[in-house]
Amino acid sequence: MSIASVTATRDAPVSAILPARGGMLGALSDLFWRRPRFLLVLMLMPPLLWLGVVYIGSLLALLLQSFFSIDEFSGLINRQFTLKTYADLLQPANFDIIVRTVTMAALVTLASIAVAFPIAYYAARYAQGRWKALFYLAVMLPLWSSYLVKVYAWKLILAKEGILTWLLAKLHLLWLLDGWLALPYVGGNSLSVSATGTFIAFVYVWLPFMILPMQAALERVPGNLVEASSDLGASPGQTFRNVLFPLALPGIVAGSIFTFSLTLGDYIVPQIIGTSRLFIGQAVYSQQGTAGNIPLAAAFAVVPIVIMGFYLWGAKRMGAFDAL
Amino acid sequence: MIADEMTPAVSFQKVARHFGAVKAVDALDLDIAAGEFFAMLGPSGSGKTTCLRLIAGFEQPTAGTISIFGERAEGVPPYRRNVNTVFQDYALFPHLNVLDNVAYGLMVKGIGKAERLKAAEEALALVQLPGYGARRPGQLSGGQRQRVALARALVNQPKVLLLDEPLGALDLKLRENMQEELKSLQKALGITFVFVTHDQGEALSMADRVAVFNEGRIMQVGSPQEIYQRPKTRFVADFVGSSNVLPPDFVQRYAGQRRWGSLRPEAIRITRETGSDAIQARVSGVSYLGAATRLALDTEGLRLHASVPSGTAVPEQGDAVAFTFNRDAIHLMDEAP
Repeated sequence: MSIASVTATRDAPVSAILPARGGMLGALSDLFWRRPRFLLVLMLMPPLLWLGVVYIGSLLALLLQSFFSIDEFSGLINRQFTLKTYADLLQPANFDIIVRTVTMAALVTLASIAVAFPIAYYAARYAQGRWKALFYLAVMLPLWSSYLVKVYAWKLILAKEGILTWLLAKLHLLWLLDGWLALPYVGGNSLSVSATGTFIAFVYVWLPFMILPMQAALERVPGNLVEASSDLGASPGQTFRNVLFPLALPGIVAGSIFTFSLTLGDYIVPQIIGTSRLFIGQAVYSQQGTAGNIPLAAAFAVVPIVIMGFYLWGAKRMGAFDAL
Repeated sequence: MIADEMTPAVSFQKVARHFGAVKAVDALDLDIAAGEFFAMLGPSGSGKTTCLRLIAGFEQPTAGTISIFGERAEGVPPYRRNVNTVFQDYALFPHLNVLDNVAYGLMVKGIGKAERLKAAEEALALVQLPGYGARRPGQLSGGQRQRVALARALVNQPKVLLLDEPLGALDLKLRENMQEELKSLQKALGITFVFVTHDQGEALSMADRVAVFNEGRIMQVGSPQEIYQRPKTRFVADFVGSSNVLPPDFVQRYAGQRRWGSLRPEAIRITRETGSDAIQARVSGVSYLGAATRLALDTEGLRLHASVPSGTAVPEQGDAVAFTFNRDAIHLMDEAP
């Protein structure tokens, strides 16, 4: 019938096994098929070499540097193993920098989670087709423009003559801003030279790194789990606490690794927007540059790595990766 | 307020659920009696699942009223309905172990830990999974997950239990076991079960009453026997039990009335002799089904299916045969020609 006529019109193959394709590429294809591991090794070798030698290697070199010390008179590096540089980190001036940076990173992460969740939830649950494309565009678009441009834009927005002050004046809410700026730690002459300004700019620049993993995690939560929870008598709040949040936790942790570690290491945002008090990134920058104290810079740089290690360990103990 | 004996468990009055131009459910009237095992049968897209979701509260009707044990249910969210659902793919919480899954409904109602875990253990024993509480849903087989989903719903002692194609993902043997188990469970608990399926065998074997759905409407409601033996329309005859649908001309010749009719395959007898009342046909297909063999017969431009019990002689494809049937076996349908 029709199947027979289809096969009849084509030249039927002569044998059950087709001849080899021939040539170098043909032989190579056959080899790769028989030895899939060979292809895997071939593909992974260059990136592994790059990661292993260039990246891990320089990290180890950094770690090594942090165990050296600087001769205070000559300014030369004393290549003798010592913990003196780490002891220097605990001096009040240096320790303040660490506490300030970690506090900022933690606050930025919490704020990012709070701002990102509704956006990610909408994108994962409701947005479809064109709206989903629009969501990705809106989240990614800020990443396409220069980081410096965005930070300077925020400096202008937050400045005393900026749009935010103007808007609050129009709304007769300037007293609120002045009251906030008069507070210790978070205040300053204007938002653009206050810790609050640094915080706002940080939340803005790292927000996409929180939204995207969170959205990916929420996307993997089947919609019927939310329905099942509701069906079993859970109010929307209970469903959020008992189903959505635990299942989105891997995404939240992944996002917070970004926002937390990026804030810990950044030295541009606090330099442009904020007070003259240093952050870890700025301390590294000035210690290895003008001060020429490479060991102390290295010891500072190790701090975020150690903190992130503890953070991941804590997240794992909390069961953040159980649902993966 | 308090439902008496005669109050239906679920009552639909002129219920419609439209999605834009699509009328998933259209002007539907339905009463499901308390304590009955009710099946909603139909092809995919016929509105049966939407009906279930309307009872559960996941969907709101576009028009009409829904009552559950006499109480109006429109605008009442799912978490305020004493109705529980066994989902098609079970929807077990992957981050909780089996016991916490089963105890979930009691947990959100604020019942103490010791009490709710005890109730969950009992529910697991009821579905024959005692001692499985510590496992994760991912470590269970499909059949076991199904039982956990059932226990998770039953532990809340719902007024109505909704089952959305609960046996669809199970293999045949397991499905047959589960059918019997569900039936005896329902009889023992006395809870109203509303069951959605596209498998007519399942609906007929389990339910006290069956509603056949097509295109957002109910074509016929009745006992399995009524549905199977006296289909009202061509659709029901065709969808339930693979009956032969007979066109009006054919029916007029053999039953004297110009109506659509149906004839069950087992009512057709293949004969060797070519008597006056025998109809000539050619065998165009033979399918061996185990207990019987199904023949496709071409006659008078019509294809009829006949069921020949195993053990009798079976003609081969292409053979010319004759068949007869008892004239009373033709069921006349309501549907006009």
